[in-house]
This record gives sequence, C-alpha cells and structure tokens, in this order.
Amino acid sequence: MSERVGAAASGLGRPAVDAGRRGEPPPSAPHERADQPAEAAAVAGPAPPRSLPRRRPVRATGRLWGIRTPVPRGARWTLMALSVTVPLVGWQVLSIVIDGRPDYLPGPVDAVSAGVEMARSGQLLTDAWATVARVLQGFGLAVLVSVPLGILMGSFPAGQALLEPLVGLLRYLPASAFIPLLIIWLGLGEPSKVALLFLAAFFFNTLMTADAVRQVPLSLVDVSYTLGARRGEVLRKVIVPYALPGMIDSIRVNAAASWSFVVVAELIASESGLGYRIVRAQRFNQIDRIFAVLVVIALIGLTIDLLLRLTRDRVGRWV
Amino acid sequence: MLELASLGKEFPRRGGPVKALEGVDLSVPDGQFVCVVGASGSGKSTLLSLVAGLARPTTGEVRLDGVPVTGPGPDRGLVFQQGAVYPWRTVERNVAFGLELLPLPRAERERRVAWYLAETGLTALRHALPKQLSGGQRQRVAIARALACEPEVLLLDEPFGALDVQTKEDMQLLIRRVWQDTGTTVLMVTHDVEEAVFLGQRVVVLASDPGRVAADLPVNLPAERELSVKRLPDFLAMRAQVEDLVRTYHRRHQEKQPV
Repeated sequence: MSERVGAAASGLGRPAVDAGRRGEPPPSAPHERADQPAEAAAVAGPAPPRSLPRRRPVRATGRLWGIRTPVPRGARWTLMALSVTVPLVGWQVLSIVIDGRPDYLPGPVDAVSAGVEMARSGQLLTDAWATVARVLQGFGLAVLVSVPLGILMGSFPAGQALLEPLVGLLRYLPASAFIPLLIIWLGLGEPSKVALLFLAAFFFNTLMTADAVRQVPLSLVDVSYTLGARRGEVLRKVIVPYALPGMIDSIRVNAAASWSFVVVAELIASESGLGYRIVRAQRFNQIDRIFAVLVVIALIGLTIDLLLRLTRDRVGRWV
Repeated sequence: MLELASLGKEFPRRGGPVKALEGVDLSVPDGQFVCVVGASGSGKSTLLSLVAGLARPTTGEVRLDGVPVTGPGPDRGLVFQQGAVYPWRTVERNVAFGLELLPLPRAERERRVAWYLAETGLTALRHALPKQLSGGQRQRVAIARALACEPEVLLLDEPFGALDVQTKEDMQLLIRRVWQDTGTTVLMVTHDVEEAVFLGQRVVVLASDPGRVAADLPVNLPAERELSVKRLPDFLAMRAQVEDLVRTYHRRHQEKQPV
C-alpha cells in the first residue's frame, strides 16, 4: 500500500498525475494515507508537483531512417545497389574529366580490360596464388599457435597472469616495424614474409581467442563438473565448442589484417605476388594495371571474409 | 545420508572476512525432499555449492554416506536457476552429456536418455536446440541431464525462480513426480516460501549474517500433493509460520546493510 502512495507521490504513477490535472485528488490516495499517515507524509510534501510540459509523441517506426527499424526489402536492395554503383560511376566520370595527362586516372573499364589482359597471360593467377600461399603459411601458423595459447589464457587465470603482460605489450609493436629486422635476420625470401604475417596476426588472435573463451559462463563449467567431467573434458567438450564461433570471428578479423600485411610485405621486397605486380606496374607507369591488381586484392579479400563468415554461421547455428 | 557438520564458509573481503555460513548442521536421510528457505544474505547458494563440492568450506565438512565431499561429482547433480544447458547441444545430447563420459554402450545410453526425456516430458523436443525452448523447458532439460547420472542427491538452486507463475506450478508438480519416481534425495534452495512448503517434506529456514539454521520444520501434508493442497488450512498455517520467520531475518539483514 505505502509503495503505491510513494510511486504516485513521486510523479511516477501516470493515472494519478492525469487525475490531478483534472483538478481531482488521486483516486486511491486519501484513504491510503489515512491507513498509514506517518509513512505517506514522510515520502513527500503535501502534494506532488504537476506542471511538466508534454512533448509531441515521436514517430519511431514506419520511416526509412528509424533507429534499429527494419527497412523494406525493396528499399534495402536499392540502397545496396547504390552503395556499389555510385562510387563506380563516380570513378568512371572522374577518369573522363581528369584527362589532362594520359593514363593519370584510368576508369573501371580500363582497369577491367587491363586485368583481363593480365589474366590471359596467366600472370595474374600466378601472382594471386603466390600471395595467397604466403597468407596461408604465415597466418595459418599464427592461428595454429595462437588458438591453443588463447584457450590457455582464457581458461586459466594462471595462464592469463603468465601470458597477458607479455602479449599485451607486444601487440602494441606494429608488425611493420619488424620488417627491417626480419629482412636482416631472415633475408628477402619467403621466411621473412611468413614471419611478418605471423607477427601481424599472432598477438591479436591470441588475445581475441582468450576473450572468446572467457565468454563461456562459469555455470556451464560448474555444471559440467557435477556431471562427472574432468578438467580436460571440460576444456574439450564445453569450453571449445562454446567459444568456437567467437574464435572463428577472431580469425576472420585477423585474416583481414593479414591480407593487407602480405601486400605491404610484397611492396617492399619480393619477386612475385600481387604487391610485387603493383610495384612493377608503377615502374612502367601502367596505372590501369595497378587498378586491376587492386580490384583483384579486394575480390580475394572479400572471398576470404565470405568463406569465414559462412563457416562461422554454420558452426554457430545454435547461437 | 547427506550430512552437513558444523559447516562454515568465509569470503575474504577488504576490511576482514565475511561469514556467509556458520555452524550449519543438517542431515538429510536418503530419499528425503528438503527445502531450504532464507532471505538474501542467508548463504543459501553458498550452502548448495559447498554440498556440490564447487567451493571448499572454511570449517566443518559435508559427508555423503559417511564419505567427506572434496569436489564436484555426478553423485550430487546440480540444477541452477538459469538452466546452464549446453546451447550447441540438442535436448537429447544435453541429457546424454554425463553418460557420454562413462563407458556405456551406445544403445544403453540412448535407452537411458529416452527414459529421462519421457519422464520430464521432453520426448517430442529431443532434437530441439536450447534457443528454441522456453525457460521451463530448459529447466526440464537441466533436471533430466542431472538425473540421468543417477545422483544420490539432486541439488536445486532456485530452479524455478525465473519462471512465470503458471510454468512454475507445472514444474513443481513435475519435480514432485520425478522425485517419487526416482527416489533420489532432493535438497532444494528457494526464496519462495510457498514453493518450499508445497514441495518439501521438511523446510529448513536459514537466518542471515551469518547464514545458520534458524528452524527445521517437518511438513505435515499429504504425500500426494495436488495444487489444491495450497488451499488447505494446514498448508496456509505452515506457510504463514515460515514466512514470518523469513521476514524477521530479512528485516534484520536489511537493517545491517550500509546505506
């Protein structure tokens, strides 16, 4: 009883406020106050203040730009199409407008025809494979090492205490700052590139895997012990399956980083790969070829992302 | 026989340890259904995690059939308030979890899982994932999963606390039936006095700060409990008695809280 009086008195009870506006006392208040006069009087003064201006009701749904409101299908497809075509058309128009120097800015049509020419000679495929192979080795190695370490860090506070200070510090050293060292130690060949890709993904993937593992509710671990599971079984049968979608998410994010680092590595020193092809084209001022390679880099990156996203959705169907 | 002997638990805090439980003595004969009620701060959940072996007591010990409890195990099945079911496993694979850890032939395991699914009314849902289940269904999965390990004692930590009133009553009838069918000992912690009196053969009231046994009351109600039992004068009287006790300790606890 006294709770309701309290709510009305503090202005939270909407009906009471409305009644008050019409100049009537709140319907139930008088006799409740009579029940417990001391308590009611203690809550607030004689009457709650009632003079708040009312704002016009907001239209939260049924508009295209409503916050977190679904968009009709047709509108969605239109927006997605615009997102691709507007920049593409803009690029083509710009390339026509800026025609002062020949080949200064080739348009998308020029880039595609240069790409087709490079693909015909088989050069593009060789370069693309060289680059992909480096990512598979360097990033693959990083995943192989960082996932077990991340599970160790996320599952055991002791593991976290042991590894977090070091890993947390090292991740702030940009991988690209290691390039000179790697070249001195490992030379200009493949090992230095694989090592760079490893460094670029290893620290972040370890920390992000540990984070995914820490999302496992403690109650799930506890209940597993009461069902007879041993520590190793809890890791294999509870922690890993629960954290798997999160671990794949982490791999996806870091795969994108690796994909840009491999091109950086190839720009600096290499004899094959998409980055190398860009440097070659620059030397001969073949700007259309640079654009062709950029498009290929984007498409392969998108494919990697898509594959990992599909894997994640398949593995995480239960989420 | 489950025995709690001068059980105490302290948690280290800045400014000195806080006593969650002190000198709790309680023995539960095999097959008994005991409900522990208490206000917040009475250490109800601490009590259960000590029996489960998930925490170590500061003083005293828990014994099951005379053997001191040193860690968690399938002889003491546990059901949490929020189910804690494995979200990536189907209903039947959740129930099978404990059995998969044992050297059981597949057919035997499936036979057992099928029995507990039927017992808890989950047979039709056996291929469903937890995200497709309601809160009550998820709790049934957790109960079936614990029972499938054939525990000596089933520990229930506010298992129906997050359910709506109607589902809660269904679950109360279900747990009574399952208890009668399996003959397992049940130790249930709840803050819902009505639930405690309706379900238990015995109601243990905990006092707060530190948690200790304030009263240990037998419930004199028919063994076959329909929901209509909740309207019997005996039931109402017992409920009122326990409510008064819990309320007293709740008030004292509130007064001690720093504002």
